Amino acid sequence: MDKPILEIKNLVVEYRTEDGVVQALNGLDLTISPGETHGLVGETGAGKTTTGLGILKLIPDPPGVVVDGEIYLDGKNVQESNEKEMEGMRGYDVSMIFQDPMTSLNPVMTVEKQIAEVYELHENIKEAEALKKSHEILELVGIPAARGSEYPHQFSGGMKQRVVIAIALAGNPKLLIADEPTTALDVTIQAQVLDMMKHLKEEYNTAMLMITHDLGIVAEICDKVSVIYAGRIVEQGNLVDIFDNTRHPYTEGLFNSLPNLADRTQKLKPIKGLMPDPSDLPTGCPFHPRCDYAMDICSKEKPPRVFRTEEHYTECHLYNEANIKEGGVIKRD
Amino acid sequence: MTSPLIEAKNLKKYFKTPRGMLHAVDDVSFTIDKGKTLGVVGESGCGKSTTGRALLRLLEPNGGQILFEGRDLATLNKKEMREMRKELQIIFQDPFASLNPRRTISETIMEPMIIHKMYGSNKERMKKVLEIMEIVGLAERLVNAYPHELDGGRRQRIGIARALALEPKFIVCDEPVSALDVSIQAQILNLLQDLQDKMGLTYMFITHDLSVVNHFSDDIAVMYLGKIIEKASADDIFLDPLHPYTEALLSAIPVPDIHYKSERILIEGEITSPIEPPAACRFANRCPKAFDRCFKEEPKFLEIKPQHWVACFLYDEEKES
Repeated sequence: MDKPILEIKNLVVEYRTEDGVVQALNGLDLTISPGETHGLVGETGAGKTTTGLGILKLIPDPPGVVVDGEIYLDGKNVQESNEKEMEGMRGYDVSMIFQDPMTSLNPVMTVEKQIAEVYELHENIKEAEALKKSHEILELVGIPAARGSEYPHQFSGGMKQRVVIAIALAGNPKLLIADEPTTALDVTIQAQVLDMMKHLKEEYNTAMLMITHDLGIVAEICDKVSVIYAGRIVEQGNLVDIFDNTRHPYTEGLFNSLPNLADRTQKLKPIKGLMPDPSDLPTGCPFHPRCDYAMDICSKEKPPRVFRTEEHYTECHLYNEANIKEGGVIKRD
Repeated sequence: MTSPLIEAKNLKKYFKTPRGMLHAVDDVSFTIDKGKTLGVVGESGCGKSTTGRALLRLLEPNGGQILFEGRDLATLNKKEMREMRKELQIIFQDPFASLNPRRTISETIMEPMIIHKMYGSNKERMKKVLEIMEIVGLAERLVNAYPHELDGGRRQRIGIARALALEPKFIVCDEPVSALDVSIQAQILNLLQDLQDKMGLTYMFITHDLSVVNHFSDDIAVMYLGKIIEKASADDIFLDPLHPYTEALLSAIPVPDIHYKSERILIEGEITSPIEPPAACRFANRCPKAFDRCFKEEPKFLEIKPQHWVACFLYDEEKES
């Protein structure tokens, strides 16, 4: 097996504010191999973006504090790296694409210069050569090189996101973190961008952490999936595990909340209640107040991690070594 | 037998810009039957929200008729229109921006009742407020809460409660769930559906989310650059889309099923400018099936199959030959 590009072990992150301590991540484990696209799925406030920022060592401090855990990026310990070492890793080892392409670009700098900066910085080359390289990567993401001399406001949303992706790829990173990269885009533009990302991933074998709330995008582009709830991964596995052998009631709830395209008369089955307040998480399993299967033990003890296969596990009191391998408790229609 | 509750005929809304007239809604016609939902889909800038607003005269239309129970709203004066607003309400996309931050929930829901002098006294009105809060699933203890104390799902429930306060017949839902998480989105969609069943409401449901519109609508109108380019029942749109843009739009939906295989139709480029559009098919420059005629004339909106309208020369040709 390949050495993982990313290894996160028991990451605990808190935001300590005057109003209380927000428990953003509560022991997150995540491993990504070279070339793998890993989907991190969850709702607002689950800790998806904090995970991405943690990998880059960019969690705003204060109020953010990494309380526990380790992050290894291509073997290097992120927590123990100083700012200078991190600067060398950001862009080279890991790049991040943010949700909103409108605010991630510099409005008073031409697009080609914003890309060329990456080359100048990381490869230590002259501006003329860097500009030439920026034209090549623009073409690669589907933008005519001639448009490089334009400013971001002259580009549409989809084009801007392509520029952001070009900047992220310019350092040829081993890991690309994409935080809801298509959420701000229209569906046909989203299709274009996803298609391009799929193509790039095949060509460069870049590993990717795809942060999203959209299970449709996961089905399309990811190899493995982690479902995150209240700062902890509640179910992890490959696509077939998560989509066809769903085990955790929260994962089931996410699927049931989506309108079924094949049968439009089917009534939606939402998850009851609301996301818990991360500064006041429920005891035991944090999902228990919303769970249809909750038992006494769920409010008292943290659920154990039970493995169905080597790579598919869930954290839920419903399961033990034996019944997780059988059909499980969850029935989806 | 159903009868149309509201009907738009050749509705137009143009905006003046330094570069010429922006045709936001350009000659759009549709009817919505009582108790039914018309879904309006399209990408940003296609004019779907403007259509909803022009229909309620929140934006003054530049032309066309709006028939509500047979009366033309476009000809009503201010006073008559205000009276009419009791019947016509709207729910906005952003539950954070559409509520007054300095009003409590009960004040927000009660305001329209006061404006329209309904339910006699404030005591009566408060009773009604509590009744509506219960209907939309807001706990009574929140009656004096302010919007900032609540999450997005609850705020959207306030927006719905406010729209229901006057017991309207027709509600424009402008992207009511787009700002919400999926688990909350499903709660709100179910609520809107229950309300429709119970109160016989008629909806115009504006969204960019195709799976939501399919789930929610009886009929669907697909908009592109200010025009409705296809309209049919939800089933017909999804099972037998005729317009190449509708086909591309549907094929672009990421489906949360790993066994689902579809041929994706990728369309090049992005939506073009609605300022002074040429007299041609507005989708022609992105259309994989475009031919000469598409660049020279504007296709008519024709009923190609029963109750299935489309504006595309692919079918116009067939009809002629």
